[in-house]
Amino acid sequence: MNAERITEKLNILADAAKYDVSCASSGSKRKNENKGLGNASNGICHSYTEDGRCVSLLKILLTNHCIFDCAYCVSRKNNDIKRAAFTVQEVVDLTINFYRRNYIEGLFLSSGIFKDADYTMERLVRVAKKLRTEGNFNGYIHLKSIPGASDELMREAGLYADRLSINLEMPTEAGLKLLAPEKNRQDMINPMNFLKNEIILRTEEKKFFKKAPLFAPAGQSTQVIIGATPESDQQVLQSASYFYKNFNLKRVYYSGYVPVLADKRLPALNTSVPMVRENRLYQADWLMRFYGFHVNEIVNTQNPLLDLDIDPKLSWAIRNMQAFPIDINKADVQMILRVPGIGLLSAQKIVSARKFAKLSWEQLKKIGVALNRARYFIICKSNEFERRDLTGNNIKQFILAESQSKYIKNTQTQLNLF
Amino acid sequence: MYTLVYDGTFEGLLTAVFEIYDRKLFHVKLIKGEWRSSAMFEEVLQVITDERRATRVLKGLRKKLSAAGIQRLYIAHMAEMDNEENAIVGFIRYVFDTDVNIEEDYGNKYVMRLSEILKMVRREKHRMEAFIRFRKLKDGIYYAAVEPDFNVLPLLIRHFKNRYTDQKWIIYDIKRRYGIHYDLHDTQYITLDFSEVNKSSEVENIFTDDEQVYQQLWKSYFTNVNIVARKNTKLHLRHIPKRYWRHLTEKI
Repeated sequence: MNAERITEKLNILADAAKYDVSCASSGSKRKNENKGLGNASNGICHSYTEDGRCVSLLKILLTNHCIFDCAYCVSRKNNDIKRAAFTVQEVVDLTINFYRRNYIEGLFLSSGIFKDADYTMERLVRVAKKLRTEGNFNGYIHLKSIPGASDELMREAGLYADRLSINLEMPTEAGLKLLAPEKNRQDMINPMNFLKNEIILRTEEKKFFKKAPLFAPAGQSTQVIIGATPESDQQVLQSASYFYKNFNLKRVYYSGYVPVLADKRLPALNTSVPMVRENRLYQADWLMRFYGFHVNEIVNTQNPLLDLDIDPKLSWAIRNMQAFPIDINKADVQMILRVPGIGLLSAQKIVSARKFAKLSWEQLKKIGVALNRARYFIICKSNEFERRDLTGNNIKQFILAESQSKYIKNTQTQLNLF
Repeated sequence: MYTLVYDGTFEGLLTAVFEIYDRKLFHVKLIKGEWRSSAMFEEVLQVITDERRATRVLKGLRKKLSAAGIQRLYIAHMAEMDNEENAIVGFIRYVFDTDVNIEEDYGNKYVMRLSEILKMVRREKHRMEAFIRFRKLKDGIYYAAVEPDFNVLPLLIRHFKNRYTDQKWIIYDIKRRYGIHYDLHDTQYITLDFSEVNKSSEVENIFTDDEQVYQQLWKSYFTNVNIVARKNTKLHLRHIPKRYWRHLTEKI
């Protein structure tokens, strides 16, 4: 092994891949059943970068050579940067040796597009195939499918990968046209649709034949870039909701645009990364997937933008004061889940615990409820009720005044109201 | 108030519970340690671990707790957290004194405390699954040193055995001076003598030739995936507390 050359390639191709945020390694069912290497049935974050993001997979590009010229992408054809390409064997060796040392859960392989979609996709699939068949590797593999890849290659990819994803890049078609005029939304949607149907088919098959091979057991996901184009949160979340419903996506990732290129279509180079907005979008996404919220309850024509100073559940609650207060000792779990400051685990604990005795403030606190927010919206065993006759706006101000939020410096204007 | 001294084993703890019921003791405190006869504390009892008595208590618990409940109790004890025996004993007494299964009565202080202890232990176990870094020794064994806050090595065996079936490995707890060793078939508890590998040159020599290369590759990967424009040191430290750094290849 030429350590120097590999190091150089790794530096270039890890650096170029880092802006893709989708790096989760959970949700697969692949077990080590063949006395081989690895087990992809539980996701683990093995490290965290200095920006606080998790490192779970070896996330690299196969190559950063690219025939496209998308405005937001560091690997764009007309960007003057160092180029490199891994061989199939090099990626396989890196993955296995990192995995054996417990650095990673597996591989997340993406690529610039050299020549055409199928030529590139075929190489990605070859890496996965080699890992599975020659390396006896049961770790996690996420392949970034290339827009426009043929059904045949997508099918083969599904046989070796745990998760497949195609980046939608921009939340709307208009945004994509603006920044990536050579790319075509339909080229992204066709393979997504093919995969959706194939996954459904294979799941049916698995019900009848226990030995049927796994097919993309962790499903498919996508990523959209936020803040490079002028879409509202309503547009972003509605698009996400559409893809969840129509393509059975497991995740939609929201990636705050990091200005890396000067282009008059893009935010200026010194623009800061919209981290708070990104965080709020993820919170809203969770509300849709786990808390039973409909997208229109979170953002709508009257409220097209998420509040930056408070989380979307609190924001919904103070717009809907008529739904509160609810009695923790009686309300059904769907409603308890809608209380700001109560998460999935706390809600489940509350429902279990109240079978034994009515719960008081003290016990709720111990269970893990964030009372600084929740107390305005609930009644429990104690007599005192915190809400008094506060308006939604009062509550928001009380909560903000008390909060030690890391974003507080960003919300100066709101705090000055006080 | 009686103070019961037991040997720190799970059987010892269960024997203590037997004593509490047998002697109808109400206000008790349980501590682990060696028995010292002392005139200063009058009401101190030594618990002599008795497998038969422990089994009786365990049988009683099985009638009133689910298998997962028993497992949780065991894990909470395994953690060896200081002075938490009394929470565990309180929990057990609550189990015996109530007719229904109380595992999920989070309004009860003992149930809640047990759930808190478990959360801490499981977090540490999970962190070990994440932060263990193997180095390949010349004889083909992958070796990792750890210093967890709680005694979690026994809880790690299944995870690593499922993951690394085709490589030999050792995970060694430096603080508690014992490790687990997997030899491609079974795992065993081991102790190591480090006195002979003190010089740093010798330490380098025990690793395979490419070990240093992969460590360097991992370090440079770690540096290159960072996005400077998003720097967030507070978040970084929350995820990887500093006490783990000295065994993390990318942070050394």
